[in-house]
Amino acid sequence: MKEEIIIAGFGGQGVLSMGKILAYAGLLDGLEVSWMPSYGPEQRGGTANVTVILSDDRISSPVLDRYDTAVILNQQSLDRFKSKVKPGGTLIYDPYGIHRLPERTDINIVRVNAMEATFEMKSAKTYNMLLLGALLGVRNLVPIESVMKGLKKTLPERHHHLLDLNREAINRGLSLVKAGD
Amino acid sequence: MTPEEIKQKGSIVAAKPRLLNDNHMHYCPGCSHGVVHRLIAEVIEEMQVEDNVIGVAPVGCAVFAYNYIDIDWIEAAHGRAPAVATGAKRLNPSRMVFTYQGDGDLAAIGTAETIHAANRGENITIIFINNGIYGMTGGQMAPTTLEGMKTSTTPYGRRADLNGYPLNITPLLAMLPGTCYVSRQSVHTAVAVRKAKAAIKKAFTSSLAGKGTSVIEIVSTCSSGWKMSPAKANEWMEKNMFGHYPPGDLKDTTND
Amino acid sequence: MEEEKNEVKLMKGNEAIAHAAIRYGVDGYFGYPITPQSEILETLEELMPWETTGMVVLQAESEIAAINMVYGGASTGKAVMTSSSSPGVSLKQEGISYIAAGELPALIVNVMRGGPGLGTIHPSQSDYFQATKGGGHGDYHLIVLAPSTVQEMADFVATGFDLAFKYRTPAMILADGIVGQMMEKVVLPPFRARLTDEQIAQQRPWAVTGRAGSRGHKNVETTLELEDDKMEEINHRLQATYREIEKNETRFETHYTDDAEYLIVAFGSIARICLKAIEDCRETGLKVGLLRPITLWPFPTEAINELAGRVKGILTVEINAGQMVQDVKLAANGQSPVWHYGRMGGNVPNPTEVTEALISHINQSKE
Repeated sequence: MKEEIIIAGFGGQGVLSMGKILAYAGLLDGLEVSWMPSYGPEQRGGTANVTVILSDDRISSPVLDRYDTAVILNQQSLDRFKSKVKPGGTLIYDPYGIHRLPERTDINIVRVNAMEATFEMKSAKTYNMLLLGALLGVRNLVPIESVMKGLKKTLPERHHHLLDLNREAINRGLSLVKAGD
Repeated sequence: MTPEEIKQKGSIVAAKPRLLNDNHMHYCPGCSHGVVHRLIAEVIEEMQVEDNVIGVAPVGCAVFAYNYIDIDWIEAAHGRAPAVATGAKRLNPSRMVFTYQGDGDLAAIGTAETIHAANRGENITIIFINNGIYGMTGGQMAPTTLEGMKTSTTPYGRRADLNGYPLNITPLLAMLPGTCYVSRQSVHTAVAVRKAKAAIKKAFTSSLAGKGTSVIEIVSTCSSGWKMSPAKANEWMEKNMFGHYPPGDLKDTTND
Repeated sequence: MEEEKNEVKLMKGNEAIAHAAIRYGVDGYFGYPITPQSEILETLEELMPWETTGMVVLQAESEIAAINMVYGGASTGKAVMTSSSSPGVSLKQEGISYIAAGELPALIVNVMRGGPGLGTIHPSQSDYFQATKGGGHGDYHLIVLAPSTVQEMADFVATGFDLAFKYRTPAMILADGIVGQMMEKVVLPPFRARLTDEQIAQQRPWAVTGRAGSRGHKNVETTLELEDDKMEEINHRLQATYREIEKNETRFETHYTDDAEYLIVAFGSIARICLKAIEDCRETGLKVGLLRPITLWPFPTEAINELAGRVKGILTVEINAGQMVQDVKLAANGQSPVWHYGRMGGNVPNPTEVTEALISHINQSKE
């Protein structure tokens, strides 16, 4: 298996850490992984994106121009990346803040009302985990258990009391895409 | 009487310190460097730390200090001696590490390194030779050159409006909490030499004891650069340099 | 720590360097923050190695101070390093020249960003000339290692120090913002004990240890020699070391070169992008191979010369205006055309752009 993923949105939405947890889960699952962020202070308030590659084989380029899957969280990112999804690939987007909808027929487009669900859960900080749940609901990349292990590894111990909340968010994300089937 | 006969009689009143070798010094007659070198060698011998000392030489007239005093030395780039000493001392905390720097090295190109080493309270001693001129490159203006003083780059005398003011950096270093002993001395009379030696010894002892940074400024003459006889240079120094750079202890927290 | 010895970790290249430095038994790190390499200093401060291995970590007041702290520490025979990014490495050049002239081992990491001037914080390879041709004043070279993976970021700490001590010359890890900032799997090297002061005095008799008394003679670390013939002799000695390094330490890797009709030469993270482009080309039947110099100095001149004799063209891909391409041309020595493709300003070409550049050069060469 080889999955080339872009996750793109605003800085502060947890884009980079969502990618990191996904990569960590891949690593725990025995895959080759790479995580390549847009970096620097300009991310704050601006756009942020991260390329995550999960693969059975050695990964060559960590920088890509075409993706199997895109997770898109704002209009700028949608405009930039909608044409970069390979035919047959998947585009997941959150309609919150997106007004011009993607118009491709050769890819699988999945709408996830993640921000809305986050408001319902009253937990803005687990927005990215909700999206990760949705991503894993659509693309069966790694087992949820690996994600939870990855979370435990990457989350500082003082935040371990939030693990249950994160699991809840992942499950909510999963159920959002299942319900939309 | 031969030196051997004098030694046998036990009537030595003064001897060259063992660590000061017989290499021909390149310093000009009347230069303060020779006296300060001797004092450093004497203090290291008296403290019996020649097996535990690293000197850091500057760029300037004292660039060849390592040729004259037989201890381990590092020759630093211009102005960087306090950073070099920081590296050496941090990695060899039991050693007595000192820098030997002129006014251009310490107070012009190396101001940042000097202030930050002192502000970190590095356990080193900084020996600062202040003669108000660039000796090695041929008598150009130094940061400590007095107003009105003629140098090859201020041929009509230093003017504050053109060249800025003489930088009195030692009191600035005394203000920093990282320094434990800051003293200004000279070596132009026998009394002054004795006082300077005591100051250097206190500084070295404090560095070894880990009390912080010690700074010993030696207000010095440069008869070649000042274009005066050694005797006249001493007089001129007392009359002019001491007005702006008065000798004495500026800070001593070594007993606190 | 013992059970973690062979654990696979996920971390950034910059973090890997910090971990590897502690594990190598580095005695001191002196640095100053600058994007995109600040994680090296940050990680070291977080790991507090002074509590475990005794490694000294100090945030200096400037890059200039940091490199001179390295000079001071290296003079005493310790394993000392610094890291920075392009503008900061420019500031270090004076000190690097002194370290090279003083025949001192040290490790300098440059996680390159785009220039000139303050430039951009995004990836670049535009310090190739500076790293491989000297950088500071005088005739000298650094051993320059170009990592393309996070694993190599970790591994080259040991390689760099081992070579630096073997030849008593500074080594540089010339990375870029991509390999510094990206995360991938890494197996950290095992812990090595730092050398004791006694071991240093014994194994590195040149070190300024402050033990002049018991040694019976003083050690002086100086780079000043005013007698012309003696200074020339020092230069000859340095050059002899460089010839020895060129003979023994040139490193590179090749992919798909056996049947290649065209060759791409690229280093660091860009070599990986090119590898992907090459795999794309091969799917369409275009036989392209890759040579990735691992040491940029010494440069794999012979290997490129040999390949130049049997390919129809060589494309050098670098994120700069064309620097390594000069060394590739010298190596090819007219046997095959040598082209350059580069992006600048922090832009990184993607595999498709590399493929397009190659095909465009091939087509032009046929016209």
